[in-house]
Amino acid sequence: MTTPGFKATVLVRPKPGILDPQGAAVETALEHLGFAVAGARVGKVIDLDVQAADAAEARTRVEEMCKRLLANPLIESYEIAVSG
Amino acid sequence: MASPQPRIGVVMYPGSNDDHDALWALAALDAEAVPVWHEEAELPDLDAVVLPGGFSYGDYLRCGAIARFSPATAAVVRFAEAGGFVLGICNGFQILCEAGLLPGILLQNETLRFVCRDVGLRVERDDLPFTSRCTEGQRLVIPVKHGDGRWFAPPELVSELEANGQIVLRYTEPVNGSVGDVASVCNEAGTVMGLMPHPEHAVDPLLGSADGALILASLVESARERAVAAA
Repeated sequence: MTTPGFKATVLVRPKPGILDPQGAAVETALEHLGFAVAGARVGKVIDLDVQAADAAEARTRVEEMCKRLLANPLIESYEIAVSG
Repeated sequence: MASPQPRIGVVMYPGSNDDHDALWALAALDAEAVPVWHEEAELPDLDAVVLPGGFSYGDYLRCGAIARFSPATAAVVRFAEAGGFVLGICNGFQILCEAGLLPGILLQNETLRFVCRDVGLRVERDDLPFTSRCTEGQRLVIPVKHGDGRWFAPPELVSELEANGQIVLRYTEPVNGSVGDVASVCNEAGTVMGLMPHPEHAVDPLLGSADGALILASLVESARERAVAAA
């Protein structure tokens, strides 16, 4: 029997209050294109294929990955979505 | 019999590009400079370690985030926890922050521009193994070259570090948007230090400044005292 695979998506965002120069540059560029935006923040999306017994275990695994490597709690928050 | 030359390791990660400059500078300042490959899980017998500048493992995800988990970094963490002297330069500073040996983190420069020039620095502490050849308040000129050098820590942590005297060098001019113009911090014990400027690029007046030699010669001298004490 093979271990089932789960798709997990991790959204990593700069925490509120952290200066995000990349977001500021994107905001300025959008303004130059004529879009009215009052703020832009740039984060990361990490898509993972996770081997785990069930969705709950997959989520626990990904949570651990976020804490150890994928996000730095000093400056970033993260959200995890898991699907079969 | 005392060892005449302290042994100072320089960790070589894939993507390090100032490792040879660091080895050269340490040797020029009368240390035995020892290259340490990133896959080495145990450090050789060393009196101090330098983590050099560069783009370790491509600096993917966050600068230093992947290098932090290399076998050599784990060995450096154990070395530091045992009280060993560790100096992180630029990418080395980023790795030490990611590894939790130094407070804060280095973020993308405020201007989004890679900055590559000589900068002025003010010495805030002259009683560390890395600054014993300097004097407090002294102005040094050492080059920086980084895209992610904006040191950041939350305000409460900054106050704590200020109170503990863990800010070692400050820029005397705006460089990258660092909180408090911080260019260098140390751990509470003062045995681990990271800095964004490159002292290894400023050890010969022919290259514009020899102020970097003050930092590295301090380390060589401190490591030599350790070596003599251990002999």
